[in-house]
Amino acid sequence: MRDVAIVGIGSTQFGRAQWSLLKMMCEASHEAIADAGLKLDHRAWEGAAPGKSDGRRIEAVYVANMGAPRNNKMAGIGSALVDRLNLYPAAADAVENGPASGASAVRHGFMAVASGMHDLVLVCGGERMREVNNLEATEFVSYLSHRYAEYIYGVTLPALAGMFTRLYMERYGVTARHLAMVAIKNHANGVLNPRAHLQTEVTMEGILTGPDAENNNPYVAEPLRFFDCCPVSDGASALLLAPAEKAAEFTSTPVRIAGTGQASDRQVIHERPDPTELTAVRLASQQAFSMADRKPADVDIAELHDAFTILEIVESEEAGFLAKGEGHLALERGETQIGGKLPINPSGGLKARGHPVGNTGVSQIVEVARQLRGDAGKYQIKKKKPQTGFALNFGGFGNNVLATVLTRGV
Amino acid sequence: MIDELEAMLRPPAREMPAYPPKSILLANGKTMVIRPALIEEVDTLLRIIEPLNWLDRDYYDIVSARLFAELLGWKVTRVRDPYCLVGVVEGELAGIVNGRMFDERHGISYHTLSLMRGLRVGAHLFAAKMEHHIEFLNQEEVWVVAESPIGHRRWMIEYPLDKKFSIQHELGGAPSYVLTRETYFNAKGRLVTGSRPVSDELLATSFPIRKPDLSTLLVQIEDTLEAKL
Repeated sequence: MRDVAIVGIGSTQFGRAQWSLLKMMCEASHEAIADAGLKLDHRAWEGAAPGKSDGRRIEAVYVANMGAPRNNKMAGIGSALVDRLNLYPAAADAVENGPASGASAVRHGFMAVASGMHDLVLVCGGERMREVNNLEATEFVSYLSHRYAEYIYGVTLPALAGMFTRLYMERYGVTARHLAMVAIKNHANGVLNPRAHLQTEVTMEGILTGPDAENNNPYVAEPLRFFDCCPVSDGASALLLAPAEKAAEFTSTPVRIAGTGQASDRQVIHERPDPTELTAVRLASQQAFSMADRKPADVDIAELHDAFTILEIVESEEAGFLAKGEGHLALERGETQIGGKLPINPSGGLKARGHPVGNTGVSQIVEVARQLRGDAGKYQIKKKKPQTGFALNFGGFGNNVLATVLTRGV
Repeated sequence: MIDELEAMLRPPAREMPAYPPKSILLANGKTMVIRPALIEEVDTLLRIIEPLNWLDRDYYDIVSARLFAELLGWKVTRVRDPYCLVGVVEGELAGIVNGRMFDERHGISYHTLSLMRGLRVGAHLFAAKMEHHIEFLNQEEVWVVAESPIGHRRWMIEYPLDKKFSIQHELGGAPSYVLTRETYFNAKGRLVTGSRPVSDELLATSFPIRKPDLSTLLVQIEDTLEAKL
């Protein structure tokens, strides 16, 4: 298996897009392609035979998306992106794996390059959720739940997360204050990230302890409040993968995909032996670290899937950074701040950067790569020359999880 | 001295109790003062909201344009018994709500425009408007229509308002909903917040009204046409 490098990255502004889904994906893809120093030259590519090329032509495209057929009335968007970018005759595929679609697409791209099947692969994630209203968006995301054991009873993702949070709080001593601390930290990071959906700081007094906090921050699914939940976002991200040995042809700051892991779990949460255990997070992370020959302690920066604030705390434990039940204690010690021992979600995370569901996994990996390259600007972590980064993309309510370990250079 | 013709064009005016200012600590830790706008401030408000008349996003255009006309109508005394409340954060305009008394018992809600998003400014201001009608103007009910999905969710569903399709709201369009005293007091604990009195020092920070940074709202105007293609 060949080593694989990220040689170009790109992403759009997150939030409410005025652009179409396809146009957003084009914008991110163009940025990634230009970042790799490539110029699209469809005239030279047209008529070329599919498959292996001279290594300067994009041979395959993997597009991550969850809701286009329902929300945007589009299907087959892998082919649509190839067409819009004039990448013929590149192989095109769309990857739908719920909110884990993004990292799944990156993993497919990784395998295509690692196996030697392709040299240059474009991976793009895009989602335009705000084409429908919030109620419809919440309903469409709830399709992730089990159709007959959960969905028909009106279960939504916030509801599942609320029940999970209540149990976790009772068992491990996590409090509403800890949840608010995650929101405050990630909102503060989002203010520094020009692409973040939410660029507003929030304070403990404003969302939890002040006289008007109940009103500013009402319950969504008790004990989760408004500011414990990620926004509904539009956005697209893209990255270009190449064999590590050829990375220098495209960039002076390659980032290697050193490890990838994926694990699944029972779809119905109440069928899990212990609903507070996110087993797939643990297994996927272990697999990724093992493949990368790294330990959680080696990680300099992590982007975790904080669709709800509780998830950042629990994932930091299950991924191996902290012992079970100690995620909230690290938060109290400031270890996960942008200048802390292990900065988590310096981009703002899903909480503030935003959560265009099918795109999120790609954007997390793009953000980790940006940090390892030292290109994150105001939200660059304080550690000098970070070497190892980690991204965790969480599908369903933990029933399909992907972990990715990235390292600086090749 | 008002000449005879002008007097005929002006609606009769009713004495209306003023809305007592209050303050709300927002999620970002900043304090918003909600107070009545002064008629001398109308030009400032018009200048601030005018660019939003062209913002084809979340129905800002129609809400802003109508609010613009209503404020102008107030300034030149063509609206009967109007009022306008402003939310001001450190001197910057955070939002505007307005309405009027239809008669002693009935109020009419006009518009709610938020210029600082993500902090529930619109929700706080709408609640202040309902508070004004029910608690200070002492009215029986307020007629409300929504012109945007956000408004419909915030008012009709969140309170929840009752249907009153038998009347035609003067904004036209959709059938009217109504906030009754009972609905208001049921929702008050959940949706109406704020502290009184507002100290003179804090109140002074809400004068003069300045334009907030609208760049994040306005940046998308020029993209709108192409986005639709």
